[in-house]
Amino acid sequence: MTATSAEDWGRLMAAAQSGDSSAYARLLREILPYVRAIVRRHHSTPDRVEDVVQDVLLTIHRIRHTYDPSRPFTAWLGAITHRRSVDAIRRKVRIDAAETFSPIAYETYADPAANKGIAAHEDSAVLSEAIAALPPGQRQAVELLRLKELSLAEASEASGQSVGALKVSLHRAIRALQKALGGKVDQ
Amino acid sequence: MDGTESLIERLSGGLQPVKRLPPPAMRAALWLGVVALLGAAFVFAFSDFATFSRRASDPKLAIELIGTLLTGVLAVIAAFELSIPDRPLTWAFLPAPTFLLWLGSSGYSCWRQIVVRGPNGWRAGEGADCFAWIVAFGVPLAVTLFMLLRKSHPLAPGPVAALAGLGVASLAAFLLQFFHPFDVTFIDLGLHLAAVATVVIIARVAARPGLAA
Repeated sequence: MTATSAEDWGRLMAAAQSGDSSAYARLLREILPYVRAIVRRHHSTPDRVEDVVQDVLLTIHRIRHTYDPSRPFTAWLGAITHRRSVDAIRRKVRIDAAETFSPIAYETYADPAANKGIAAHEDSAVLSEAIAALPPGQRQAVELLRLKELSLAEASEASGQSVGALKVSLHRAIRALQKALGGKVDQ
Repeated sequence: MDGTESLIERLSGGLQPVKRLPPPAMRAALWLGVVALLGAAFVFAFSDFATFSRRASDPKLAIELIGTLLTGVLAVIAAFELSIPDRPLTWAFLPAPTFLLWLGSSGYSCWRQIVVRGPNGWRAGEGADCFAWIVAFGVPLAVTLFMLLRKSHPLAPGPVAALAGLGVASLAAFLLQFFHPFDVTFIDLGLHLAAVATVVIIARVAARPGLAA
């Protein structure tokens, strides 16, 4: 990144604040390498990096009115990226403390009789009832991410919730469903 | 990557112009100005101004008053500044010197009360009323301050909310002095600080639902 490009980013953001969509699209594409470089300092897997990058873009969109063109754009962008990246680490630590990744948990048992308990919870009426009883934010997260199978970014756009908020809502919803259905709901 | 590209297209596709936020100092000045006008009207309408003027002529109390008022003003300014993403966390220390001045001058007054009045200097004045006053004025003020601060969708709502809580509680404690016709004892001071801490904790707890981006 050169000094000129940083100044250009500030001008592009000022134009975006006035409603110039082509300047905004150009800005968001040009800042991607800069944002990814910061996110990669905290996250290693490509999927997670891209999730955080998308969260950064959504945050920029939501708070673009806070940018002051008389101040350096990279300081504003860097602060947002760093904060979202650290927020993602905190969420991951919180979730990892409560969950264990176990691919084998998705397997059913060889003995058909042992699957009866699981099959009972696949009863769609029981599941629908449990989902309907969730708080609105959690229900929306389950519907968009699990039932409609939208990506995090699409679900965030559709619901107005941030990617981070959706992840937390989904996590809480799954735990609530596990509790309601006797601890046998897959992630 | 495709997801990111399609997100950029969606975000830029329906882009609407936005109104830039005024500088944080200007927003803080606006809120403080309105609170000052309302506070002044309240004081002139209900306080015993003659008693207050007589007490305020004591330099110790004057220093305590300046410390309390400046802590409130600077904490509110710091909250507005920190609500913008690119402001460093060092803004959080802006009210620290005046807060120490407030504590120091109050503590000195309390110590003098013990020296002058002996064991009576330990007794509470109207500490419980003071506690209720600071919380009762601080919380509504915090609500109005949150309404302005949430326009910036702070990325770190916790420190912003705590500073806002310190600001409104300090301003409430400053206002209290106009209705406080006696010097504080250590117990009074402890209750004042407990009330300030209560408002800060309430604000901190309300940070995420009240301010988060």
